[in-house]
Amino acid sequence: MACVDVRELVKTFTRRPAPWSRGAVVRAVDGVSFTIAEGETFGLVGESGSGKTTTGRCMLRLIEPTSGSFALRGEEVFGLPPARLRALRRDMQMVFQDPDSSLNPRMRAGAIVEEGLIVHGLGTRSERRDRVLQLFSLVGLDAGQRDRYPHEFSGGQRQRIGLARALALSPCFLIADEPVSALDVSIQAQIINMLMDLQQQLRLTLLVVAHDLRLVRHICPRVAVMYRGRIVEMGSTDAIFRDPAHPYTRALLSAMPDPDPEAHRRRIIFDPAGVDLAAPLREVEPGHLAAL
Amino acid sequence: MDDQPPSLLDVRDLTVEFVIERGGARRIIRAVDGVSLHITPGETVGLVGESGSGKSVTARSIIRLVPPPGRIVSGSIVFEGRDLARLDEGDLRHVRGARIGVVFQEPMTALNPVFTIGDQIAEALIVHRVARGAAARARAVELLDAVRMPDPSRRAGDYPHQLSGGMRQRALIAAAVACQPSLLIADEPTTALDATIQAEILDLLGSMRDRFGLSLLLITHDLGVVARLADRVAVMYAGRVIEEGSMRDVLAAPRHPYTRGLLASLPGTTPGSRLQAIPGTGPDLAALPPGCAFAPRCRDRFDACDARGPDAITVAPGHSARCVLYGGIS
Repeated sequence: MACVDVRELVKTFTRRPAPWSRGAVVRAVDGVSFTIAEGETFGLVGESGSGKTTTGRCMLRLIEPTSGSFALRGEEVFGLPPARLRALRRDMQMVFQDPDSSLNPRMRAGAIVEEGLIVHGLGTRSERRDRVLQLFSLVGLDAGQRDRYPHEFSGGQRQRIGLARALALSPCFLIADEPVSALDVSIQAQIINMLMDLQQQLRLTLLVVAHDLRLVRHICPRVAVMYRGRIVEMGSTDAIFRDPAHPYTRALLSAMPDPDPEAHRRRIIFDPAGVDLAAPLREVEPGHLAAL
Repeated sequence: MDDQPPSLLDVRDLTVEFVIERGGARRIIRAVDGVSLHITPGETVGLVGESGSGKSVTARSIIRLVPPPGRIVSGSIVFEGRDLARLDEGDLRHVRGARIGVVFQEPMTALNPVFTIGDQIAEALIVHRVARGAAARARAVELLDAVRMPDPSRRAGDYPHQLSGGMRQRALIAAAVACQPSLLIADEPTTALDATIQAEILDLLGSMRDRFGLSLLLITHDLGVVARLADRVAVMYAGRVIEEGSMRDVLAAPRHPYTRGLLASLPGTTPGSRLQAIPGTGPDLAALPPGCAFAPRCRDRFDACDARGPDAITVAPGHSARCVLYGGIS
């Protein structure tokens, strides 16, 4: 059984330019299905507006999906009543892109990490304190810094706090939404290494949502490429980077910034008019699907 | 140096300081520390660095738009034979926007939301007395066409919020090149954009450079952007240029441990492998070490690094690195 099983996820928004206009329905996520095996790292890549972030947020029900299903270890998440959902949130957590806006500036780092434990009524005061110390060391933060406020940390350290908070409840499934894109290049590698280490060490099932193809190629053995709310290609990262089947994937890969001065740089331009955007995914080789 | 081709822009020993008052204490932060930079006609120079490196402050200093409380403490900025550091505000206005065009990162904040983009481009032409009235309007549409704006005559009547991010950046580039400047400064021109749009805008900047014979100063944190467009690269760290050379030399054979570390830290050829992260955090400009600012994070550090700031050492023709590994210890 897959740890994560998403089927036909749809999220529509109504765009109403003015209060009196009828509004147009935008299908931000339009029938997305994928599975992630226990302990697997899966990447969801796409550009802005592709629906990748909305997909992640619907899965945790940070926004309500319009239709579809999501089973976490066999338990359906979308139909759950609030009380049961709250309990299940212990098992699924998220690391956000921007550590500046996702950490409460008025709370101390230790309290931010501890908050989830309190909300879920876990442990005595001293047990929680021990757990916070343990989490600080797990993400490479000095325990002596737990009384500091977020602004006293660097961007990379703030992302470590966000990760410690997400891991506090020992989730089995973690969504990392653009985990390094707000960080300086020299800091990104530290956080990527830590994410890979923790995934191994804690046997996390990890969904990485990102626009950075290099990051996804590095840490995700399997990947789905999203375009306008749909998955247009999915399969092993190796196969997709070696032999992309969908014209959009080809264009995206050709636009990937590459610091190699000798790199071959012929940019492929994607023309949405040239493909059937409603085409269903079909297998182009074993385990490699494309919407053609 | 005598064998250098004539410079369009020649920045020498530029130092910019910010005076910060915090809790009654006055602290001086040196954001740019003795930076020298030259650009020849038609050349593209990439100025690379992370946050706090001083790359943007350097770019803004060149057009004397350092945000307060920053000020240029010393150095010269010779552009087309005149020292911009000593020019009065009235003369500067004839340089800024006319001889030097500027494209900033956030097209939404750089464009005025209450004027159409056609009007904003025409305004640049009118202010600098390149054209006026209907001729300015017509020229604005031509420029939008030149930056490959789809349906330019209709788009000229659009307000910035009606355009996508990529189209806004095109409009800004059109305004920046409107008066046919000889130098275009682009500060993180593609950072807020998607990869496919980013590649389009970089190609556009390259073709504008070739078509109008511009020089391009490209400020970026992304070595991939540099590889796509730049002829030469200057890498900044903690306010200083720590390595400079041709794009190929710097990216294929980096010499400074920081440049090497940056390139090595990028996810590359072996998926799943541990990345070679640069340890530590970025420099604190208010508390820099007495020697090399990168020393606390450097794998190759030895005692001499802490003694004093290293000089720029020529490591190969046209390639220099500010590191004691290459000499300069007295």
